[in-house]
Amino acid sequence: MWVEVEAQISSRQNSLHSCARQRLQKEERISFTLIEMARSLAGFLVLLLVISICEAASLFQPISDSHRSAALELFTSDHGSFKSLEETYEALRTFQILGIEKKPDVTAAACRSISETVGSSSTPKDLFYALKANSIAQCKIHEKASEGIISSLKAAVSGASLLLDFYYSIGGLVLIKDQSSKADIRLADAEGVFRSVKAFSQSDGRWRYSSNNPESSAFAAGIALETLAGIVSLASSELDQSLISTLKNDMSKLFDSIEKYDDGTLYFDDKLVDGHEYQGPLSTTSSVLRGLTAFAAATTGNINLPGDKILGLAKFFLGIGVPGDAKDFFYQVDALACLESNRVSVPLILSLSSAVLSLNKKDSLKVRVTTVLGSKAPPLTVKLVGAFSSGSKDASLVESQELKFDQGSGLHILNDLPKSIDVGSYTFVFEVVLQEPEDEKVYVTGSQTKVPVFVTGIIKIENSEITILDSDLGSVESQSKLDLAAKNAVSLSANHLQKLRLSFQLTTPHGRAFKPHQAFLKLRHESKVEHIFVVGNSGKQFEIVLNFLGLVEKFFYLSGKYDMELTVGDAAMENSLLVAIGHIELDLPEAPEKAPRPPPQPVDPYSRYGPKAEITHIFRAPEKRPPPELSLAFLGLTILPLLGFLIGLLRLGVNMKNFPTKPVPATFAVLFHVGIGAVLLLYVFFWLKLDLFQTLKAVGFLGVFLVFVGHRTLSHLAAASAKLKSA
Amino acid sequence: MAREKSSKDNAQALFHSLRSAYAATPVNLKIIDLYVGFAIFTALIQVVYMASVGSFPFNSFLSGVLSCVGTAVLAVCLRIQVNKENKEFKDLPPERAFADFVLCNLVLHLVIMNFLG
Repeated sequence: MWVEVEAQISSRQNSLHSCARQRLQKEERISFTLIEMARSLAGFLVLLLVISICEAASLFQPISDSHRSAALELFTSDHGSFKSLEETYEALRTFQILGIEKKPDVTAAACRSISETVGSSSTPKDLFYALKANSIAQCKIHEKASEGIISSLKAAVSGASLLLDFYYSIGGLVLIKDQSSKADIRLADAEGVFRSVKAFSQSDGRWRYSSNNPESSAFAAGIALETLAGIVSLASSELDQSLISTLKNDMSKLFDSIEKYDDGTLYFDDKLVDGHEYQGPLSTTSSVLRGLTAFAAATTGNINLPGDKILGLAKFFLGIGVPGDAKDFFYQVDALACLESNRVSVPLILSLSSAVLSLNKKDSLKVRVTTVLGSKAPPLTVKLVGAFSSGSKDASLVESQELKFDQGSGLHILNDLPKSIDVGSYTFVFEVVLQEPEDEKVYVTGSQTKVPVFVTGIIKIENSEITILDSDLGSVESQSKLDLAAKNAVSLSANHLQKLRLSFQLTTPHGRAFKPHQAFLKLRHESKVEHIFVVGNSGKQFEIVLNFLGLVEKFFYLSGKYDMELTVGDAAMENSLLVAIGHIELDLPEAPEKAPRPPPQPVDPYSRYGPKAEITHIFRAPEKRPPPELSLAFLGLTILPLLGFLIGLLRLGVNMKNFPTKPVPATFAVLFHVGIGAVLLLYVFFWLKLDLFQTLKAVGFLGVFLVFVGHRTLSHLAAASAKLKSA
Repeated sequence: MAREKSSKDNAQALFHSLRSAYAATPVNLKIIDLYVGFAIFTALIQVVYMASVGSFPFNSFLSGVLSCVGTAVLAVCLRIQVNKENKEFKDLPPERAFADFVLCNLVLHLVIMNFLG
């Protein structure tokens, strides 16, 4: 299916061969076209004619097997049953049109939901869709049930006020008339109903949904036409012909508002007023077609619609390709089924089995003309009336000729393409002529069909050689022939005073000059720095001269080995090539101070964004500590002054004579010294393991104790010394 | 020559007079002086140690030196307050001064122990 989609995309892309694109291609070869324009005024006038008509060439394919397989994929059911009667009907109708076999579980589930809806009292909308689905599924409806339906629908018709009410009830009545045994269902006041529906029409051909709502749409027009067709078929007596002719006028007004795409497709679209109510161009056009064909089938007499418009609508639906949505698929297929057999005109589609022809394989041009659903066309002849090259504005390259019809395959074949058709892109113009004159009233073929054709072939590459020349004298230093079909391993060397010349010739299969889309010479240095040069041409001869004296700065003064690679490619070239020519050792002068550096080459993303090397934390080197012996020695030295102090105290004659002897002051004195000792011990513990808060707490307690005890001791001592003084 | 001799004699005479005058100071003041000398000497040893091995745990060095210097300063304050010849602190009982000395030393050493690390 993807191949088909690609084919459709390519055909759609080809169908965008608008004038703008032709002009763009023209600008590519501006130098040549200016000269050519000056030379051929006649050709210029032909170009103006072509631009003024300016319908782009496009390729339309009728319904094919890709549609069938897509339908099977899109219309999936849960054990045969769909979500609603509407979807059931759409799936059944799509399978019926495409000729896909009915699956038993789908039919059974459809019958179940239909009988359910029919049995109970349902809205006209549900009944309508149930009956529509039944027209395909062919389930039996009970007599009593059908009677009930008829009566409820008739009641709905008389009580209807909105366009959609009329649509469902009238449509239901038409369907049940076909399905039930009672063939006699007539509308009593057909003319009255007709007028009430007609009241919804507008002067511009569009219709409204209700008398209150001023919004009008073409979609509603299609619905109204279908409803009116139903009324005509149900009418018990002949309706007033003037009503029908005014309706035909409305239809032509509606068709005046048809819109157009560049590639000649026509469609109906409504203005986007309220997103809720907006139906896209696909469903709107489909609805209008349904209405039109239903009306044509129900009435007699001529419907004056130009066949071109029908053909344009057919191209619109075929140009969609294979839709991806089930609803869009149904609209497309249903509209094409209306076009396939209708009383107005049946469009015939011209398609090519392949839009790409190969001169090498001697492909022949195969054309098929069928109806939109792919059925056989009536006897006709296909003529190739012209072929125009896409880029130029010359006259037709071929004379008008008829294509041979092959009865077995149903194809019109042109076996040998004229010699004037070389490789490249062309627009072929076909004309289809019906053999029986009566068929002209039934079928419409369009005056001229433009189809884009692409011709490919093998381009001959000859006389390829590479030379090193001396810059000043132009004398050849070394020269070697190349075979560009295979890989070459030429080894050259040059310095900055020399030139490199590469030349070859390109010729098309019919011997003409050929300018490919790409002709590049790439030089790549060992350090992956690349330089690309375009190979220019004059006629068939392609040549490039690299003057290294001027290129020294472009090459960033990088000397060394350069790989050479030639690329010649084009869409029309079946043997496009990318071939390695060989190496050249370039000796360039030294780079000066301010020379630009070559741009940094892209780094392998995994190495740039990959994990970096792991960083291990380097801890601060610990300070050098002195050797422990030195520290211990100084510790000993620090004790020395204490010893000196103690010895000095002894020498001074320190004594304990003033220590109180009486027991109470003595205990206080002892406690005082103990207290001081305890505080000092606490400080030692503080340094060893306690923290400040614990220490402060302890100091608090000890300090209070110490102050109390010290006060007692020292006041006792003071009193004692005062007594001594006074004594 | 006579001048050198006289200067040498003068220095010797000065030293002797200082020595004899010092001998006359009361014993408790001498104890305090001895204590001050001990503290300063300890500080000096610590400075010499730091000069030889570098000041790496600088806080330890500072706390050590400042504890010696601090206690020496407090002892000097005690000496001033206890000295009977000092007219300024005539009314201050020496026990009171000693109590201040003890208290201030305890606070100083708490801070020193915290800073020792």
